[in-house]
Amino acid sequence: MQGPMDYLIFQVPILMVQAAMDGILLGILFALIAYGMALQWGVMNIINIAQGELVILGGYIAYTMYTIGIHPAFGIIVSPIIMFFLGWFLYKSIIHRVVDRDLFISILATFGISILAQQLMNFVFGADVVVAQSNFGTTMLFDERVTLPNAKIFSALVSIIFAIALIFYMKKSKLGRAIRATSQNSRAAKILGVDTEKVYAATFGINAALCGVAGTLIAITFTLHPYVGLPYTVRSFMIVIIAGLGNLPGVALSGMGLGVFEEFADYILGTEFRIGAVFLLLVLILVYRRFKLSRKREYLT
Amino acid sequence: MNKNNLFFYCLIIAFGLFAPFLFPAFKLQISFLWILIVLALTWDVQGGQMGYNTFGNVLFFGLGMYLCAGIQIGMFFPLDEWTASGGEKTFVHTPLQYFQGFFVGLLLAGVVPAIVAAIIGYGILGLRGHYFAICTLGLGIAAGEIAGGIELIGAGQGMTAPPWPKNIGDTELRSEFFYFSCLILFVVTFLFLKWAYQTRFGLVLNAIRDNEDKAEAMGIHTMRYKIIGWVVSAFFVGIAGGLVGNMIGYIEPVEVAFAGATYGVFMVLMAILGGKGTLWGPVIGATVFHIFKEGFWTFFLGWQYVALGILIVVIVVFFPEGIMGYLREKYPSQFGEIVDEEDLKAQVELK
Repeated sequence: MQGPMDYLIFQVPILMVQAAMDGILLGILFALIAYGMALQWGVMNIINIAQGELVILGGYIAYTMYTIGIHPAFGIIVSPIIMFFLGWFLYKSIIHRVVDRDLFISILATFGISILAQQLMNFVFGADVVVAQSNFGTTMLFDERVTLPNAKIFSALVSIIFAIALIFYMKKSKLGRAIRATSQNSRAAKILGVDTEKVYAATFGINAALCGVAGTLIAITFTLHPYVGLPYTVRSFMIVIIAGLGNLPGVALSGMGLGVFEEFADYILGTEFRIGAVFLLLVLILVYRRFKLSRKREYLT
Repeated sequence: MNKNNLFFYCLIIAFGLFAPFLFPAFKLQISFLWILIVLALTWDVQGGQMGYNTFGNVLFFGLGMYLCAGIQIGMFFPLDEWTASGGEKTFVHTPLQYFQGFFVGLLLAGVVPAIVAAIIGYGILGLRGHYFAICTLGLGIAAGEIAGGIELIGAGQGMTAPPWPKNIGDTELRSEFFYFSCLILFVVTFLFLKWAYQTRFGLVLNAIRDNEDKAEAMGIHTMRYKIIGWVVSAFFVGIAGGLVGNMIGYIEPVEVAFAGATYGVFMVLMAILGGKGTLWGPVIGATVFHIFKEGFWTFFLGWQYVALGILIVVIVVFFPEGIMGYLREKYPSQFGEIVDEEDLKAQVELK
């Protein structure tokens, strides 16, 4: 009964479906983080290496609520509010000095913030792997062969809701219009009376708030650790360069693609190579695009 | 000017030669100073002279470290049994075996990363600006993660480098041996780069930094020079990695070998602190940074990475030109720039 053929025919397809489902749900979450990164990259022209640390910090806010006794799912409301002001503060204290400068300066400065944030989180929350139990139960599919934790479905739904809300906010509200105007041409926006400083601060705050939501969802569905922020940064960077700035369906799709890739890498290569595979994929994508563009004598800008 | 320089060089050499006997307590720290200077100098080949800000030179550092230790062990004993036995030393190198392994390992720790740089360079050096920076960042971390999954080299637990053979001398001799190895590496790297920057190679690197498209239009094979630059960096960084691995005696994938958060950032920071794109900038930057770092590490134990994060932000945000850039601004005539007094006055009035 338990022969290798049996495993190949009956077990593998189920594991495939399981990995694909997990990957898609995970990918929606990645897309939310990537959306924040695309926003600040497009508007302020900075790449935030500390993105992943903002996510983890948002997760720790939810975890703190969990330890007090509040259900961590309420973190999707509390965490973005706190993170918005933190993002605003971060902009006013450090980021506004590097906005107009060379991109490498902003990369290095945010890298410094990332190291700082990792260490502070390590001091405050400890170096242990923690998880905020949501007790949402699991859904069984296909005759109880594929299990989907309800927390993952919840996180995917919340991500979609927040993304749609933000898209509407960008389209309809005054601040959203100002942000879009600034991203198109910051000088012209300034001339026409947009307070670009405020727009930048708000953009950074909104990005941090999105990270707060994503972090809460990660706290519920996965685990938190002070030093796992950088992979989230790299994932969102990768999603943005695949999809391009301002291409929201592309961000969602490539996020899901990345999630599926990761689950399959996890399944085929083993968990210890999962993060390595993500980083290698980044290198391969960049090199692939470079070769594709160099035929036209162009390069990634 | 020239006489001044000669005096200065003599001073450094004298310090290098006599430091281990004058300050025996700081021997290890000063050895690390030479290593850090080498890292900063080789980073500056990309970051300063060529304008390609890389986070990935730490890849060659870790590669050299693993290669050197792996070859030292693998030449005489089965590597998998060595790493499996962990701390227990069932195999002991004789002095002859140790030094044979050390020199072969060190040579290959330079050559293999150089070859790797040549192979991956064609793909990666075609990227520009921040894409290059992020790509190399990914490269360094991917290498650490992958090394952490390979059983042969001890996976996440890491491996030990061969211990100093017991019957030829005590630990004093060991630290002196490694001290002078580091010093020689520094002198060779410095003199090589000083010579290289004076040749066509240095001019081409600066041309690439200033405007790569124009340089290419002038008929320079920019890609060839970029790869040569990376190969040079990889060679010296690889040897530095091999030395550090032996000096520490213990190699761990993420914290020691492919340590993006320590050595990987240190080299960038030191070069920026000293002044990018100058020969002396990285040397000064590394020295100042090392003194600061050791101070922080001693007095703020536990908070050192917090201090590091703050230091990065402060240096990058407030001091991006570095010490040499500051001096150049202040005393331009010392840097061979022709200063026109009238022009200077006119500039002041414009403000």
